[in-house]
Amino acid sequence: MSSEKNTLVKLENAGYSQNNKWLVRGVSLEVEKGKIVTLIGPNGSGKSTTAKIALGIYKKIEGKVEKYTKKVGYVPQKVSIDWTLPLRVNDFMVLTENLKDDAINEALSLTGVEHLKNKNLGNLSGGEFQRVLLARAISKKPELLVLDEPVQGVDFTGEIALYELIKKISDELNCGILLISHDLHTVMSATDHVVCLNGHVCCSGSPIDVAKNNEYKALFGEQASQILSVYEHRHDHVHSNEGEIKKN
Amino acid sequence: MFDDFFIRALIAGIGVALVTGPLGCFVVWRRLSYFGDTLSHSALLGVTIAYSFELNIAVSVFLISSIIALFLIQLQKKTNLPGDALLGLLAHSSLAVGLVVIGFLTFIRFDIMGLLFGDILAVTVKDLTIIWFGGALILLVLKLIWKPLFASTVNYELAEAEGLNPDRAKAVFTILMAAIIAISIKMVGLLLITGMLIIPAAMARNISDNPKKMVLFAIIGGLLSVIIGLFSSLEFNTASGPSIITASLILFILSLLKIKQSIQLKN
Repeated sequence: MSSEKNTLVKLENAGYSQNNKWLVRGVSLEVEKGKIVTLIGPNGSGKSTTAKIALGIYKKIEGKVEKYTKKVGYVPQKVSIDWTLPLRVNDFMVLTENLKDDAINEALSLTGVEHLKNKNLGNLSGGEFQRVLLARAISKKPELLVLDEPVQGVDFTGEIALYELIKKISDELNCGILLISHDLHTVMSATDHVVCLNGHVCCSGSPIDVAKNNEYKALFGEQASQILSVYEHRHDHVHSNEGEIKKN
Repeated sequence: MFDDFFIRALIAGIGVALVTGPLGCFVVWRRLSYFGDTLSHSALLGVTIAYSFELNIAVSVFLISSIIALFLIQLQKKTNLPGDALLGLLAHSSLAVGLVVIGFLTFIRFDIMGLLFGDILAVTVKDLTIIWFGGALILLVLKLIWKPLFASTVNYELAEAEGLNPDRAKAVFTILMAAIIAISIKMVGLLLITGMLIIPAAMARNISDNPKKMVLFAIIGGLLSVIIGLFSSLEFNTASGPSIITASLILFILSLLKIKQSIQLKN
């Protein structure tokens, strides 16, 4: 198969402005089947905006966006359920697609929240709600998953387990994933390609390339370099100048 | 036995309640009660136009309410005024223009109280056909747009991202709102139609834990309100609209007891 056919969504020089202010501009990226692309960047750098451009939520955009699939699963950054709407986890799971009970149970147990199936969404904790959001997005077996800070509020061990799950889903379903995180550290091992944003694309490439990049260091400061060393220790990529990076 | 007019009113009211139940839930969920008011106030203009040109009232009201709704959407795009100010502007100006036009139509005798608060004596067999046929059509269309409308009520961006076309669902829903106002105006009166939409749905929210239950209870609440309201209207010689709405208010107050219970259980 040619690489063209593997492409799920492609942004070319895309940008979006609101009230005469550019939220993000000049973004080019491509998500392919079975690949995980991670967007990182500080608050207000345009990560969610980029995701919404890719999803087609923003229509009046600059540049070009091409989407080659309709089977999309989305975990938005923020979902608030109004009290006026009584909604159980079970009702939420079938929000955009009719699913069999087995498929609902399977997805909920993958993210570890099967026991919450009949609970009211309003009564869940932040972490539990994120797990339900993720379960809903994967339950429909999408070709493209867009995850906007999918593990916010999840406890630390849960966070690692969920990123492992995301990696596993990408392999098993062969779906492409656009992942948003503000923390390169935790997503590094699961990522194929990193795009670092700050209103525009600062740098992009493999996780290691980005972590070494000076613009990335300037954005994320001292910590970023330390993260690189931790990462390299854990994965046994010994680089000769590791100690020097730490001192930076 | 009951008089024919009363049987007709009862059948009409039941038809209206079957439709206001599910639509009313969406009005509550999407916070559209003031929007409903605006559309129903504009219905007076529709009624006067119907009288002036000898059109069917339901058809005329439906057309005028739809036009006002589309006009509102355009205004929202073109001005920076907040939504509630625009709604107020349209609601009161269309009510005022409607009343002014009535003032000019001196050759026709209007039962203004009947228009504002409903009149069970006025329900004809033709009205029954319009209510039941139109009501069935509204429910059918609502069923067709249910998924995108409900999903975008929960979260617009989720629905849009996953390909459900929420904008189209919203536009269709607006038309359905105009339609329910058109078919229920004779029963409930234009000042109280929104009450018929909101109060049974609000009552249902107090006693349901999922959306389907809420729709079902809203329908049951609406049916009970219509039946109790119409019987007391006959008994005490009160206007039908206020009697129905008062009955629904009593049901709502009863449902509050259930909330109190569940709060006590939690503590």
